[in-house]
Amino acid sequence: MKKSSSATEQTLKKMNWFDKLAHPGQFLKWSKYLVLPLTIITILLFTIGLWFAFFNSPEDYQMGDTVRIMYVHVPNAWLSQFTYMAMAVSAIGTLVWRHPIADVSMKVAAPLGAAFTAIALFTGSLWGRPTWGTFWEWDGRMTATLILLFMYLGLIALWKSFDDQLRAAKLIAVLTLVGAVNIPIIKFSVDWWNTLHQSSSISPSGIAMPPSIYIPLFVMMFAFTFLFITLHIVGMRTEILRRKADALERKSLNQNEKRG
Amino acid sequence: MMDFNSAIDLGPHANFIIAAYIGVLIVVFGLILSTMLNAKKQKNRLADLDAKGIRRRSDK
Repeated sequence: MKKSSSATEQTLKKMNWFDKLAHPGQFLKWSKYLVLPLTIITILLFTIGLWFAFFNSPEDYQMGDTVRIMYVHVPNAWLSQFTYMAMAVSAIGTLVWRHPIADVSMKVAAPLGAAFTAIALFTGSLWGRPTWGTFWEWDGRMTATLILLFMYLGLIALWKSFDDQLRAAKLIAVLTLVGAVNIPIIKFSVDWWNTLHQSSSISPSGIAMPPSIYIPLFVMMFAFTFLFITLHIVGMRTEILRRKADALERKSLNQNEKRG
Repeated sequence: MMDFNSAIDLGPHANFIIAAYIGVLIVVFGLILSTMLNAKKQKNRLADLDAKGIRRRSDK
């Protein structure tokens, strides 16, 4: 027993700081200290953000109160793309370094991304009806975001259809990187094509909004981003535990077969 | 100062605003709940295996 634990310590000593952080066992150790602080920050940000959104922000001079839908629509639209980029970075981790933690990160991010994309589409359509007069228009941004939702759902289905999660990770990593081409299409669709969706109000040249509207927006963007980070870390911890339990069950089955 | 009346009166399109926030609430709570239930399920699985004496050599 002592021998095996000292062997693990020896292996850990040989690892560089990144490998140590990303080693599944080590990840479980350090990430547990993050869950509570992240949860508290997320709750605080949502409390402040929702207070601003409903009680301390003005109506828009053109849209009236429907501007309040922006405080949930824009953060989720941003996260629908950010989550995909996080998945694409993890996919590189899977393909280049074959790191198990990258597989886990990719797998856990997919349902979160699908949920954020669904919220972005739902709130966007409810904002579109009173503002543009239509729930839906097949324009560049909306169509590309719908495709993004289908891509997330496809990737989730693929994860579920493989028993061998290591093989699944490689295939899904390749598909994720191919699908990443959709992200710049979503981002620039409003500049490339003549669309119903407005172009970005936040750009390097400035923010086309007064502080009374962009402060609640930024607080809500941080709130949803922290929600994503918290759920992603908790989800990754759970997935590592699930794989551990699967491996132990397999091991015990093999031992029983040998005995039998 | 906070103007409570104007905060409650969401204008002629109040239904759209309320529906959007209810939709967000349902999906976000669904995500949180499924994440928590899944975490509990895997912890219970490992605890059951541990109770049966099935554990990794390094965990002994």
